[in-house]
Amino acid sequence: MTIASTTGPTTKSTVKTRAARPVVEVKKSMFSPKARERLLYFISPLGLLLVWQLLLMAGFGDRRFIPTPSDIAVKYWEELTVGMLPIHTAATLYRAITGFLLGAIPGVAMGLLMAMFKPVRIFFDPLIAALFPIPKVALMPLLLLALGFGDASKIALVAIGVFFPVIVNTYAGASNIEKIYWDVARNYGASQSMLFRRIIFFGALPMIFAGLRIALAVSFIILVASEFVASKTGIGYLIWSSWELLQVDVMFVGIVTIGFIGLIASALFQELERICVPWKANQ
Amino acid sequence: MALERRGASIDIVSVDKQYGIGPNAVIALDHIDLRIESGEFLCLLGPSGCGKSTLLRILANLDHQTGGEIGVDAAGWDVENAMVFQDSGLFPWMDVETNVRFGLDTRGVPREEARKRVDEALTLVGLTRFRKHYPHQLSGGMRQRGAIARAFVTNPGMLLMDEPFAALDAQNRTILQAELVRMWEQTGKTVIYVTHSIEEALLLGTRIVVMTAQPGRIKTIINVPFTHPRDVVTLQAEPEFGKLKLDIWRVLEDEVNRARAEMAL
Repeated sequence: MTIASTTGPTTKSTVKTRAARPVVEVKKSMFSPKARERLLYFISPLGLLLVWQLLLMAGFGDRRFIPTPSDIAVKYWEELTVGMLPIHTAATLYRAITGFLLGAIPGVAMGLLMAMFKPVRIFFDPLIAALFPIPKVALMPLLLLALGFGDASKIALVAIGVFFPVIVNTYAGASNIEKIYWDVARNYGASQSMLFRRIIFFGALPMIFAGLRIALAVSFIILVASEFVASKTGIGYLIWSSWELLQVDVMFVGIVTIGFIGLIASALFQELERICVPWKANQ
Repeated sequence: MALERRGASIDIVSVDKQYGIGPNAVIALDHIDLRIESGEFLCLLGPSGCGKSTLLRILANLDHQTGGEIGVDAAGWDVENAMVFQDSGLFPWMDVETNVRFGLDTRGVPREEARKRVDEALTLVGLTRFRKHYPHQLSGGMRQRGAIARAFVTNPGMLLMDEPFAALDAQNRTILQAELVRMWEQTGKTVIYVTHSIEEALLLGTRIVVMTAQPGRIKTIINVPFTHPRDVVTLQAEPEFGKLKLDIWRVLEDEVNRARAEMAL
C-alpha cells in the first residue's frame, strides 16, 4: 500500500501571478446613484409581470381563469374610467389612513409613556400581553355589533391592528435607549418634558418606524378582510363581489390596486424615514 | 507660574458607598476624605473596580453616597458640574451644534446668548467646521471634542471626566490630552479626571489620588511637580517623568495584584 500525499505541492512550484487591475474611468450614468437605487426598486415587480405575460402568451394556463397582465391593464383602465374603481379605492384609502393614524398616534404616545413611567408600564403590560396575540379580524363581528356596517367599524379594526405593533415597538425602542444618554440628560439638567421630547422620542424613533412598517402591512390585511364580509365599498368588497360573479379579471384589478397602494405607501415610508431618521438612514 | 484659579472647590468628608446590605454587601468606597481646591486638575487613578468612577458619578449627582458628606462651593458658576463620559455620549439624533447646546437648552438660556456661547465652545475645541455634522459622521476623537465643548459651554464649576480618551487610538489620545491641558491652562477650571493610566495622570494632573481596589480607599496622594504650560509630548521624555511613573507603578502594583487575587477566588 502506498501512501498518497494529499497535501502540499508535490511537483515543482507553480507561481500564480495576480494581474494588476488598473483604474478604469467609470462611464457617467444618466441617473444619480440614488435615482438608480429607486429605479431598481421598481424592476422586480415589473419583471414578475413580464414573465407572467410571456408564460400565458406561450400557452401555459387558461386565460379565462388567469388573465394576462395586459388583459388586467385594459380592465383596470376600464374600471378606473367608467367603473367604480376610484370610489372603491377612495373608500379603502380613507379607512386605511384614518385607522392608521388613530392607531399609530396613541400607540407611539403610550409606548413612550410606558418607557418613562414604571406604573404606566406595569398597568399596560398584562393588557398588551393578553390582547396582542388575538387575531384582530376575530374582533370584526364585535365591532360590527358596536359600530354598524359603516366606515367606523373598519376604521376601528385597522386602528386596533395598528396600535399593538406600534406600542410594542415604541416601548422596546424607548426602553433600549442606552444608559449613557439618560446619564447625560440627567447630568445636564433635562426636565421630564425635555427628556420626553428630545431624548426618549428620538431615541425610540428608529424602532417606531419599524413598528409603523409592520403596522402598515397589518392594516391592509385587516382592512381587505373586513371589507370582504361587511361592506358595500372598498377594494376588499370589489375583490369579493367579483369572485361571486366569477369576474377573474376584476379580481385581479382589485389585487393590483392593493399592491399599488402598498408599494406607494412603503416607498413614502422609506422617504419619510430618510428625512426623520437621518442618523440611521444615511449609513 | 501665575495661573488664575477659577473653579469650584469640593470637600469630600468620609464618604462611603455600599451596594446591597448584609453579608453580600459590596463596599465600593470606604471613608473617602479629600479636599479639592479651586482650579485643581485632580486625577483619580486606580485599578478597575476601585470605585473611582463611582466617586465621580456621586460628584455628578448621578449616584448617591451611603454615608458621609460632600460640600461643593460652586458659587458664581452657572452650573455645579458637567460630565464628559468615556463614550462621548453625544446624542446620535442631534447634530454637533445641537448636542453642544443641550446643556443650555435644558437651563433655558436665551437663544441669542446660547448661540454665542456655542460658537465660543466650538472654537475652543476646533469643531466649528463640523457643527452641522451628526456624531456618526465624526471620528472618535472629534466626538470627544464635541463632548468637551458640551461640558465647557455650560460654564460649570467643575469638569468631571470619566476616562474620556480611553477608547481613542494613541495618536488621537495624545493630541486631545495636549488640547485638554491647553484648555485647562486657558480656563483654570477645576477638573476631576478618572483614569487607569499612570502616564495620563502624570501628563494631565496637578495632583494624583491613587485608590485601592475593593474597598475603594485613598492609598496615597501625589503632587505632580511639573509646571505649566506643559508640553505633553516632550514631558514624557523627561527622566523625572519616568521616575515618577515607576514610583506610582510600585504603589499600584500591589493593588492590581490584590485585585487579581480576589477575582481568582
